[in-house]
Amino acid sequence: MYAYDELDRTLINERVSEFRDQVKRRLSGELTEDEFKMLRLQNGVYLQLHAYMFRVAIPYGTLSSVQLRRLAHVARKYDRGYGHFTTRQNIQFNWIKLAELPDALADLAEVGIHAMQTSGNNTRNVTSDQWAGVAPGEIEDPRIWSELLRQYTTLHPEFSFLPRKFKFAITASAHDRAAIKVHDIGLRLHKNAEGETGFEVLVGGGLGRTPFIGKTIKPFVHGHDLLSYVEAILRVYNQYGRRDNIYKARIKILVHELGIEKFAKEVEDEWLQMRDSALAIDDAVIEDIRSRFSYPAYEKLPHMPEELKKAAHDPLFERWRKNSVFTHKVQGYSIVTLSLKPVGGPPGDATADQMDAIADLADQYSFGEIRVSHEQNLALPHVAKRDLPALWKALDKIGVATPNINLVSDVIACPGLDYCSLANARSIPIAQELTRRFANHDTANLIGPLHINISGCINACGHHHVGHIGILGVEKNGEEFYQITIGGRADENAEVGTLIGPAVPYGEVADVVEDIVEAYLALRARPDELFIDTVKRLGVEPFRERVYATR
Amino acid sequence: MPLVKGGKITADTFVPVADDAELPGDGAILISAARFLGDAEALSRRAGKLGVVWPNNRDVDDLVPWLDRLAVVALAFPSFRDGRAYSQARVLRERHGYRGELRATGQVLRDQFVFMLRAGFDAFEVKKESDAEAFAATVKRYSVFYQPTGDGRITALHRRMQLRHSESAGQ
Ligand code: HEM
Ligand code: SF4
Repeated sequence: MYAYDELDRTLINERVSEFRDQVKRRLSGELTEDEFKMLRLQNGVYLQLHAYMFRVAIPYGTLSSVQLRRLAHVARKYDRGYGHFTTRQNIQFNWIKLAELPDALADLAEVGIHAMQTSGNNTRNVTSDQWAGVAPGEIEDPRIWSELLRQYTTLHPEFSFLPRKFKFAITASAHDRAAIKVHDIGLRLHKNAEGETGFEVLVGGGLGRTPFIGKTIKPFVHGHDLLSYVEAILRVYNQYGRRDNIYKARIKILVHELGIEKFAKEVEDEWLQMRDSALAIDDAVIEDIRSRFSYPAYEKLPHMPEELKKAAHDPLFERWRKNSVFTHKVQGYSIVTLSLKPVGGPPGDATADQMDAIADLADQYSFGEIRVSHEQNLALPHVAKRDLPALWKALDKIGVATPNINLVSDVIACPGLDYCSLANARSIPIAQELTRRFANHDTANLIGPLHINISGCINACGHHHVGHIGILGVEKNGEEFYQITIGGRADENAEVGTLIGPAVPYGEVADVVEDIVEAYLALRARPDELFIDTVKRLGVEPFRERVYATR
Repeated sequence: MPLVKGGKITADTFVPVADDAELPGDGAILISAARFLGDAEALSRRAGKLGVVWPNNRDVDDLVPWLDRLAVVALAFPSFRDGRAYSQARVLRERHGYRGELRATGQVLRDQFVFMLRAGFDAFEVKKESDAEAFAATVKRYSVFYQPTGDGRITALHRRMQLRHSESAGQ
């Protein structure tokens, strides 16, 4: 965990007081809605279908139990008793009153949580691998660099009014759990031939109306130069990014229009003029940040404790363990994923009571630490293996032990027409229906890892382009239709999915998904050939045939 | 629009002159970039102070050769959402060492003052009277800054390092 000090806390409090003043000026009419809009967005406040929506940052997905309890408090006191974890390691509340927002922010500030730049045309919350610091084989904890970037991007005096939103993601593992290739800037920590640590920098990835996979702009940037290099990219984008057309304003369009070589040259020219500026960071600064991360005092534990051997006789426990428990870098410990995708539930929702209970379990079993994943699930990152059986029982009791992680019912979905004023179609009810269709664990397990992603409109908040099966809501003559893509993925081999045919009406979506899954089961070369690999091998045609032959 | 300079509302001594209007023989004037670059050599030798209003989509490099002859560079915020002039300001101050007045014009609101000051602006044509009056209070809102810019404020990163050094020195 990273501990905010007096300086961080002061800044957050100053931000709350500024926002309190801005809300006051809005309520008194001194600020127009147009002027206020940008200010509230910079504090995570949207005006949605039914009410204001409030998006709170969870930098690099790490939460303490104290912080999670405070989120539960906000859900209870200012909202309707639940919150919604999103694909950007944020949590959203859907029913907050504008006049109460400053108080909610002040309550959060007490435990070092804020909503700064969770929206708006600025650098957004920095996201990272939810297994950061505990993943076996990672180069080093990417959160040290995430935190450096969090500070650097917060209230940046040059980049708070960019052409469009701007998102960073960082990973330090070979297997990318942070979807860095679909971010404006993706950073991959690795070692060069000399054994130095630095970053491969990718730029121009993103989803939305025009999806792009990020391109490598520089294979190696030393950690000392990270901030100056990032500043060079941002400055080029701020000056040359399009502002005449909101749909073309993202950096991905600039990179695409210029070409990556030309863009890279602009950045290089800029960077060479400032790399030795005050932005150059030395080891002492990095060490200082590192020193404020605390790590658990792990015990020396056996690889296979008695408790686990005994519990292995319980098939329900085993099923959960095989699905939701992952290898930790320290022997005797595990990473446990908590499914926020119960059968029939809206993906990513957690009630205040669940949040409180999870915070207690984190204290008891995971050194008080919780992680949020871009798949809209939670994780306990440091669970002693001997505690797994007891933890499982407790998680099951509060409904977060559905053994469907990475399976077909682990659906990612945006809020869609139920909450979002931009939506063309519903997302959540489709996700709910799919979790019911694939509720049988044995069937789901037979199908194997398969990610379904749903967005209610072209903005792609549910990452539909990079779902193995992607579902996109569109509107046709006032009715909800859905385009289906297959073959997308968000990992280190990220790809944008391919459309399989004409959009289908709301009532047929779940059937179509079942057809696709059945086609896969019939077509796969071996039982362990993943859905995504079958699509890669065969292309979309056989799936298209299966789906449209009878429609 | 009230002009805030040196932290206070002050009278603007610069007279804006339109591109097709005749130039006064002396006195402080503010002219467009196009007019200035049309005859920069002569204009910069004119008696009286000279200020240039620079558009936010034009590379400031074109202005660099003349910087030491300019008393004011005014950068434009056609909308408060358009932040290009923040980059121009920092480049002028930090890269090219411009020390004259750097003026923010256009949609200049109180909620941008801190960002503008940090980017190097020192004069503000403020859109609303009430914002201009609130200037002094507004710019004191923040005491902690995360990024190094040319404004000389120490960043949180470095303040922490200093605090550590003084702690260990005191032991
Ligand atoms: C309900 C309120 C929401 C609104 C009004 C909203 C609005 C938008 C818009 C306009 C875009 C497109 C931006 C662009 O391409 O320039 C977008 C993209 C996105 N949003 Fe949302 N969103 C909302 C909720 C969410 C939620 C709940 C999530 C996560 C579950 C989310 C995650 C994302 C992601 C991942 C993208 C794609 C970003 C990219 O292209 O890089 N948003 N959103
Ligand atoms: S994808 Fe569209 S419908 Fe879904 S949350 Fe984003 S903007 Fe709203």
